Amino acid sequence: MLRRLVILAFVVIATAASTQETVVLGLSQDQVAITTSFDGSEILMFGAVKREIPIPAGPSLEVVITVAGPSEPVVVRRKANRFGIWVNTDTAEIDRAPSYYAVATSGPLADILSDTEDLRHKISIPRAIRSVGTTDEVADATSFTEAVIRIRTAEGSYQLLENQVIVDEQTLFRTAIQMPANLTEGDYATRIFLTRKSKVVSQYETIIDVRKVGLERWLFTLSREQPLIYGLMSLAIAIAAGWGASTAFRLLRNQ
Amino acid sequence: MQIYLPIAEVSVNAFVLLGLGGLVGILSGMFGVGGGFLMTPLLFFIGIPPTVAVATEANQIVASSFSGVLAHFRRRTVDLKMGVVLLIGGLIGATFGVVVFNYLKSLGQVDLLVHLCYVMFLGVVGSLMFIESLNALRKAKKTGGPPAPRRQRGWVHALPFKMRFRTSGLYISVIPPIAVGIVVGILAAIMGVGGGFIMVPAMIYILGMPTKVVVGTSLFQIIFVTAFTTLLHATTNFTVDIVLAVLLLIGGVIGAQIGTQIGVRLKAEQLRILLAALVLVVCGKLALDLLLQPAELYSLGAPGGH
Repeated sequence: MLRRLVILAFVVIATAASTQETVVLGLSQDQVAITTSFDGSEILMFGAVKREIPIPAGPSLEVVITVAGPSEPVVVRRKANRFGIWVNTDTAEIDRAPSYYAVATSGPLADILSDTEDLRHKISIPRAIRSVGTTDEVADATSFTEAVIRIRTAEGSYQLLENQVIVDEQTLFRTAIQMPANLTEGDYATRIFLTRKSKVVSQYETIIDVRKVGLERWLFTLSREQPLIYGLMSLAIAIAAGWGASTAFRLLRNQ
Repeated sequence: MQIYLPIAEVSVNAFVLLGLGGLVGILSGMFGVGGGFLMTPLLFFIGIPPTVAVATEANQIVASSFSGVLAHFRRRTVDLKMGVVLLIGGLIGATFGVVVFNYLKSLGQVDLLVHLCYVMFLGVVGSLMFIESLNALRKAKKTGGPPAPRRQRGWVHALPFKMRFRTSGLYISVIPPIAVGIVVGILAAIMGVGGGFIMVPAMIYILGMPTKVVVGTSLFQIIFVTAFTTLLHATTNFTVDIVLAVLLLIGGVIGAQIGTQIGVRLKAEQLRILLAALVLVVCGKLALDLLLQPAELYSLGAPGGH
């Protein structure tokens, strides 16, 4: 289906009082609509760095952009061989893990962001997952966190897009972020960090609203709020279809 | 054409679903089975979450069984009284099945249970059917003689609470039909199948019902048990995906009519041996998943309780 250009960001004039360099980003459209034909979407982001002073000398400006889906606890189960078959044996609960997380950078993440800044702003994928408390249950808690990253990276929900942000003249930047078809609803926090010498010099935050719309919205709400009516409706459709098919083919054969 | 399923929360190709529905419909039309035991594993393979696949498949079986039972009502081959007795057992079984299903879901073992049920039942039914139809083929080649006489059912007649079933021409205790109903109800809830492939042999060999009323009566009972299962899953697990069900239905009802036409041109033994082979292939694939080391040892899930 048509891939949608959902967000077109453009420069707006903003006042920069405290910091010397400020991200300016305006969203012409800040919603992703999950329709029946939703097949993922590509988000294009454009922005600029506003500054009152000349471009500082030294290392050039780098840009890190993160998009995070709603965070939820995740139960990770590990299979082991018991009695000749593979069954779930060990379980660990990750406190919070975003359902979707993308990090796009203008250079290798390790080079443009220090560990301290990563820890403070929770930028890299492992930092974005909070797994406090898992250690009491299972001995090797890190392998469970790694599994979450591995599985979600494989299905396209977690993306590390190094060198994918293009920066021109240390002022204009742009990138494209792919959102997969299996998106969940919610507010997708979008953060833009400007870094120099591995330090964050400025940050900007906004929200992309991902919502089911139309038929999807209606069916989902009905199934949660009026489950009995939803169930009866499913049955009515099934019985009507069964009766319709039987009658239609009987008429066809009798002709 | 990609369709985003509102409850399963995955995007799948609509034509793949229509094709799957059609394929299983053709097989169910050819062999006279509901096809749930094939459809549910196929839905697992294309990435529908198992809980959604099981609940939605129950809804789809309602449609195909309703379509089938209308034809049987016209031919007067439905034993309503027997159907109601089986149904009582079925509803008890389905309630119990959903409780077990939800409990195991909270433990994270539901996939294992569903897989084990499939491997076990498909393996047993497939092997029995394969051996039986192989023997039938061999016999037909040798002599072309009459079928073997039905075996005695002494212990069924010794039980209390006897009841007369006029359409089936039976005077037996209500305990065995209720027990059969309970077993099928549990299977329907856990495996997302109608249970026809278990119930039909049980009705013939355990209850001793005449073959001509067996299929109609089992379809009659299956409609109510799967409808009840659908409602239970919809209200307790919120896992019935109506969009998925409709796509499968459309393919299914068309496929079933094509399958019936193909079925008429093949011999009964050939049909049965083909069905048995198919059942064994599905069983083998699921068994390999359990026996071989999976590529990914870890799996993700939502915390229990919803």
